[in-house]
Amino acid sequence: MEENIIQVENLSKSFDISSKEPGLKGTLKHFFKRQTKSIEVIKNINFEIQKGEIVGFLGANGAGKTTILKILCGLIYPSQGKLSVAGNLPYKRRSNFLKNITLIMGQKQQLIWDLPPIESFYLNAAIYDIEKFEAKKRIKKLSDMLEIEKELYIPVRKLSLGQRMKSELLAALIHKPNILFLDEPTLGLDINAQRNLRKFLQIYNKETDATICLTSHYMKDITSLCKRVICIHEGCLTYDGKLEKLLKKISPVKDILFICKTDKDAEELSNSGFIIKNQNQKEITITIKKDSIKSTLKKILNKFEIEDLYINEPPVDEIIGNILVKEKV
Amino acid sequence: MFNLNKNKLTTLLKVQYSNMLEYRVEIALWAISGIIPFFMLNIWTNNNLNESINLSNVMLSRYFLSAFFVRQFSVVWVVFTFEEDALLGKISPYLIQPLNPFFRYFAQHIAEQITRFPFAIIIALIFFLINPESVWIPSLSLFLLACLSTFFSFLIQFLIQSIIACFCFWTEKASSIERLLFIPTLFLSGLLAPVISFPEYVKSWIYLTPFPYLIDFPANILSGNNTNIISGFFMQIFWISVLFPIFKRIWSLGTKKYTAMGS
Repeated sequence: MEENIIQVENLSKSFDISSKEPGLKGTLKHFFKRQTKSIEVIKNINFEIQKGEIVGFLGANGAGKTTILKILCGLIYPSQGKLSVAGNLPYKRRSNFLKNITLIMGQKQQLIWDLPPIESFYLNAAIYDIEKFEAKKRIKKLSDMLEIEKELYIPVRKLSLGQRMKSELLAALIHKPNILFLDEPTLGLDINAQRNLRKFLQIYNKETDATICLTSHYMKDITSLCKRVICIHEGCLTYDGKLEKLLKKISPVKDILFICKTDKDAEELSNSGFIIKNQNQKEITITIKKDSIKSTLKKILNKFEIEDLYINEPPVDEIIGNILVKEKV
Repeated sequence: MFNLNKNKLTTLLKVQYSNMLEYRVEIALWAISGIIPFFMLNIWTNNNLNESINLSNVMLSRYFLSAFFVRQFSVVWVVFTFEEDALLGKISPYLIQPLNPFFRYFAQHIAEQITRFPFAIIIALIFFLINPESVWIPSLSLFLLACLSTFFSFLIQFLIQSIIACFCFWTEKASSIERLLFIPTLFLSGLLAPVISFPEYVKSWIYLTPFPYLIDFPANILSGNNTNIISGFFMQIFWISVLFPIFKRIWSLGTKKYTAMGS
């Protein structure tokens, strides 16, 4: 039986938030009688994550994904519920727990801005009680993997966003954490940098059997890294399972592009009662249910003169985009 | 809670010193901006105010030069940096490292003091050129005691500001609380006037507060003026031992309230 490294039971988190009406009246009212209300951003969430798993957290902005990661790494206290990460209560922030985890946030930097990244790496090594010789070895290995050997000695402020993100990753991994919490790690990176980062995370996971919890709005991050996803909608867990199964469940259709021989065929096909997704002269895209593909195709091919056809899955982004706004999956 | 060892401390200091050297011009300007004791010296001597406290011109100028030095090596700004970092969520990565983030700020201050050192010496040399009669070399023991009391003064101020900084977890603009302490610190610390110049009944109260031990006490030791060294050190240690557990407690309560805003 696989070992559960993260266990979450009935987890809830509320924040007190003050609201202010616009204008002078609102400002004065806010000054004299501030109104705060408690907003429950995480509501009774349960899940378990096994050692070595890569799990993607999906949800719209403000759904609560980042809050879950912050609670799991011990940055913020939960309001209710039980949780255990590597056998520890994260919010106690015990030294042996902190040495086991890392959190990378796309928008937040821990590197010292005016110094070359190598200085921050040695500082982190000292903070995590790593000997200088061992730190040197790890920096060499990780910088080779991330291809940033040349950038180690250039001040952080002069590095590109991609180089900075790679350096952030190195700083966050120097202590060989077993659990990685990644909050939009590819935010703002170009396509090549995103691909390299994903490749690196795959290798790191394979080599160290590290558990990775990831949030991202780039679906490519999720589809290429995560077999399992957890969907969050307004603080509630709406799906927990395999990504593949989710896509099948949510998208029971395929798009088929027909290229008709004549304009007349195209016109007749478009008026024959099928769900037309796109039409461009002789090219018609029809959405067909997966379980009736064979019969529908047979019908169309018998009735119309078709020159060519292409079968496509709807884009993952589109499917997942639909999931994000659904209460139940 | 703190997990500090020699290796962490030396690496922190080395890295922060390298960082501070990037801002050497800025630090030189800060050092120059700390010459307020020299203006005060001018006001005192031009108006013969020193006669009322039986302090010669030479001793008074030594006092204000010493006050300048103490101020240079005990200035604290942690509340402003911490407030910005906490409000923008910048402390989030540091909070999940096995080292209290305040050690980073502590090391920044020490590194900044080391960077200030040559500029403070240059300013002192210029002062001696203008006031050659004030030149003096304190005995080694007094010099070491002055260094120790300056460090204690820095610790007291660092702890006070750190406690105030932790209020960021509740009030967001904690630096405004620090502003409340600015006036008593300015007037009661000995930066504008030696505490000896205050009326007796005021002095009896002032000496119970931490303020006279921030500038006046170390400056008196360094300049060779009369001061009660034992009671001065006793009060410095007393304030450190009062403030430290308060800081620990408020830090522990505050981090529970942390919402990692801005990230």
